[in-house]
Amino acid sequence: MKAIVAVLFTAVLTENFVLAKFLGICPFLGVSKKLDTALGMSVAVIFVMLLSTLVTWPINAYLLEPNGLDYLQTIIFILVIATLVQLVEFTLKRYLPPLYRALGIYLPLITTNCAVLGVVVLNVDRGYGFGDAMVNTLGAGLGFMLAMVMFAGVRKRLESADIPDFLKGLPISLISASLVSLSFLGFSGMAEGMFGAH
Amino acid sequence: MTILLPVLLVAAVGLLCGILLTVAARLMAMPVDERVEAVLEALPGTNCGACGFSGCAGYAEELAGGSAANGLCAPGGADAADAAADILGLPRTAFVPNTAFVRCGGSDAATASAFAYTGERSCAAAVQLHGGYRACPYACLGFGDCAGVCTYDAICVVDGTARIDPARCRACATCVAACPKGLIQILYMDSPKTAVRCRNPDKGTAKICRTGCIGCRRCMGACESGAITVPENLAEIDPALCTGCGACTQVCPTKCIVKVIIT
Repeated sequence: MKAIVAVLFTAVLTENFVLAKFLGICPFLGVSKKLDTALGMSVAVIFVMLLSTLVTWPINAYLLEPNGLDYLQTIIFILVIATLVQLVEFTLKRYLPPLYRALGIYLPLITTNCAVLGVVVLNVDRGYGFGDAMVNTLGAGLGFMLAMVMFAGVRKRLESADIPDFLKGLPISLISASLVSLSFLGFSGMAEGMFGAH
Repeated sequence: MTILLPVLLVAAVGLLCGILLTVAARLMAMPVDERVEAVLEALPGTNCGACGFSGCAGYAEELAGGSAANGLCAPGGADAADAAADILGLPRTAFVPNTAFVRCGGSDAATASAFAYTGERSCAAAVQLHGGYRACPYACLGFGDCAGVCTYDAICVVDGTARIDPARCRACATCVAACPKGLIQILYMDSPKTAVRCRNPDKGTAKICRTGCIGCRRCMGACESGAITVPENLAEIDPALCTGCGACTQVCPTKCIVKVIIT
């Protein structure tokens, strides 16, 4: 139980995908202008991440590793994830139109989002079992959501702030993102203190 | 031989994915209503939401499904309504244009200032400091947040108050949401109307503004169609009853009732 909490805590805070690993920066900067779109995007990312791990972990464990084909991970994972997301999109469009309208526009955006690919590759690299892999994935997704929601708040403040002309727009967003990222460094010591070094 | 297995594996996975997607696309294909596409084409595509549906696509879908009334698209106006009617085989109906209207006439000269404001030149920012720098808590702050969001260049700020040109306004209501003071209302313009350029229902308006409604009720007496009521110290005109005769504008001592005409 302690191990699971440690994995979750690490994935959400210490190794936050966006703010510590710098994965998935594109949606982080692109869709964080409003809180509701940020939330919608995050939910879609969590969903796709979990689904991807669900499928790629068995593929790696039962197809690639026994045959010594670890180096094919990236290409196979991209293929499988893209297909999967496309399938989910079809299914949602057909059977759950309201959910499709809420998530649909974000789904194609994240088919090969590096955060999604990153988490499945990381799960394999660290040698997680299936349970740990799913928890780590959930943590990564929640971490993404946390970063998105926090940054949406920061951006709302930026809108009514008096910013010098040459910093307006993307430059100030990047600077604030780096400051938020810097603050997440504080968690690295905390994880070690709570769960011991790992 | 070592290269054969990986090549076959990737090819097999790719093929499997391809077949799966093709089958799924066939099975899950949604019958697309061509009329929806055609109606969507006829709408302006600004996704302003003035019709009350989620974007132009949402309205087109509801229109084609028969669950929405035609002519709700304010930016598209008569052209879009007629085009949609023709596509769907509905009778053409007369399109009633609307316009947005700023319910404040408190220019820099007419309204007193409570303090000197030197911050960010935006209404959204200014309103956070004691609700704005004007002595009247309802007054237009004149930084033009509404003008900034207007797609049709219909709003300009004159002497510190926003003014809307009814000839350009398409009543998309984007500015209604942008005004932190909630001063902008949409007028239903089936004929010329009169409207009150003030939103202050408090007593003592005369002390802080020269063009505010002081609640004297003279307009109430002058109105022949009984459209005007003065519930508090602020005249309210019922647009459904107003005939736009302009009698109230003549008697108003502060000239805060004005005629609105779409040319």
